[in-house]
Order: sequence, then C-alpha cells, then structure tokens
Amino acid sequence: MKSLAELEAIRKATISRINVRTEEKGETTRVVIGMATCGIAAGARPVMLAFMDEIQKRQLPHVTVSQTGCVGMCRLEPMVDVIVPGKEKVTYVHVKPEMVPRIVAEHIVNGRPVQEYTIGAAENA
Amino acid sequence: MKEIALHLLDIVQNSVKAGASHVDIGFSLDGNGALTMTVQDDGCGMSQEFVERVRSPFVTTRTTRKVGLGIPLLMQNAMQSGGRVDIKSQEGVGTTITAVFQTGSIDCLPLGDLASTMATIIMGSPDRPEFSLRCASPSGEMDFSTEQIRAVMDGVSLAEPAVVQWIQESLQEEIEPILGGIMS
Repeated sequence: MKSLAELEAIRKATISRINVRTEEKGETTRVVIGMATCGIAAGARPVMLAFMDEIQKRQLPHVTVSQTGCVGMCRLEPMVDVIVPGKEKVTYVHVKPEMVPRIVAEHIVNGRPVQEYTIGAAENA
Repeated sequence: MKEIALHLLDIVQNSVKAGASHVDIGFSLDGNGALTMTVQDDGCGMSQEFVERVRSPFVTTRTTRKVGLGIPLLMQNAMQSGGRVDIKSQEGVGTTITAVFQTGSIDCLPLGDLASTMATIIMGSPDRPEFSLRCASPSGEMDFSTEQIRAVMDGVSLAEPAVVQWIQESLQEEIEPILGGIMS
C-alpha cells in the first residue's frame, strides 16, 4: 500500500475543506449517478470517477457525489442528476467521461446547465 | 458487462442492500488460469427457497420492476468461459457468492479495472459496510481494508474525492503485479 503517511496528509488537507463546507451549510450541490446493473453496464463507473477527478482538480468543497439505483430509464444510462440548491434538478443522459469537465465548468461552477446533454434535448431529438 | 470488475461493482450492491456490516472480496488466480471471485457478506441472507430462485432474471427484491439481471449476467459470463457461480446463503448469517472464470478461454472477460471498481464501491457506501479486498496469484498477494483507512482518516469521510483518488491509485499499484496479466 502507498504510505499511510500520505493518507494522513490528505486527512489534514481535507479537514480544512470540510470546514468551508459546514460554514456554507445548505449550499451543497449534489451530483447523483445511476449505479444499478443498467448504469454500470452502460459505463457509469468512469463517469463517476471523472466527476471525482474534476471536483478534486478544481477543489470544489461544496459539491458531493453520490450513487443511486435504477430509475427505470435504462436506455438513457449513464444518467446523472445535478441538483443545485434553489434550482430545478437537471438530468443529463448518455453521459460520457469526456462530457464531465463541461458539466462541472458550465453548470456546477457557472450555473448554466449544458442543454444539449440534458434529458430534454435527448427526448426531443 | 465488459469486465469482471464491473460484475463485482454490480454484485456488491446486493450485499450493501442486505445491510451487511462487512463485505469481504477476494480474487484468487491459480496456476491453471482459473480466477475465483468471492464476495462474502454478513447481511440479512436469503431463505433456501429464495436462493434456488435467485438465478432467474425474473426474481428480484426490488419493487419498481420485475426483473433483476445482476446475478444472471454474472452467471452468463462465468459459464461462457467454462466457469460457474455458486451462491451460499443463510438467513440472519449472510451470503457468499463465488464465481469462477477460466481466464485461458477466449470467451473469458478481462478482469478490468478492479482499483476503479473498489474506489467506486467505497464512494457509494463510505460509512458502512467495511470492505476488504484480498488478491492472490502465483506472483504474490495483497490485502486491503477500509477499516485500516478509516482508522487513519479519524472521522473524515472516505467519500472525500482526495481519499477516493488515493485508494484507487494505491490499489492500482498493488493489484498490477499480482493480477496484471489478466486485467485487459
């Protein structure tokens, strides 16, 4: 295993970020990824890790990533919900890891959902 | 599924939903190329009658729909390589799923990115259960557990991106020399 000392350093760095998060309570943006059999088979795992990677790179303390089961629209997987407090939930469909940096930059950071990736755009196509 | 590691990600959800407090995952590759994957949990377990039916795609505990493909797809891929799947379970004790893959077969899936699967599993259930991973082959063996990590993190969630990344990278380094030959 990589050194546990390294992990200890990560812990210290993380604690200061968590403090930022608690101070801004209620302002947490949630990213929820479908991780049932259908989502996994369609490629949800690399999407999930791409979100983690991007959040880590940009040091966004107020964003959490979580997983959910099958919502019954398996043909649209991998699906990702982005829930910004005070805004309507946005559902992205057929998400690929390459799409993640744009969703994070435009939607999560700058507040403008990427319309062309949303379920609305897919259903009207 | 395109990887054995993706089946693991899928199958482990059953243990999590069964309320397990420990999930022990094992991959063992023998000298003849037989890869044995085991997932052992101490969740609620299944009745004998349910164990007999659970291989059917038309049996599931979920209420939103009447199909569940996790176990049937795992069986399909194990059997296609010349392997098999065993399910042992006891109500109130837990469940053990063992899948054998013959990695020498042209029809066998690659093991795939086991480190990413473990990172994703831990991210999805960062507080409970505790997960352990043990890999062994003629080239060596390794052990990992979330309990070890949790002790160091001292109250900081294992779902923090920096921690997940560390787990993924450190597992990658450790698994490669042991099971690298069947990863892709």
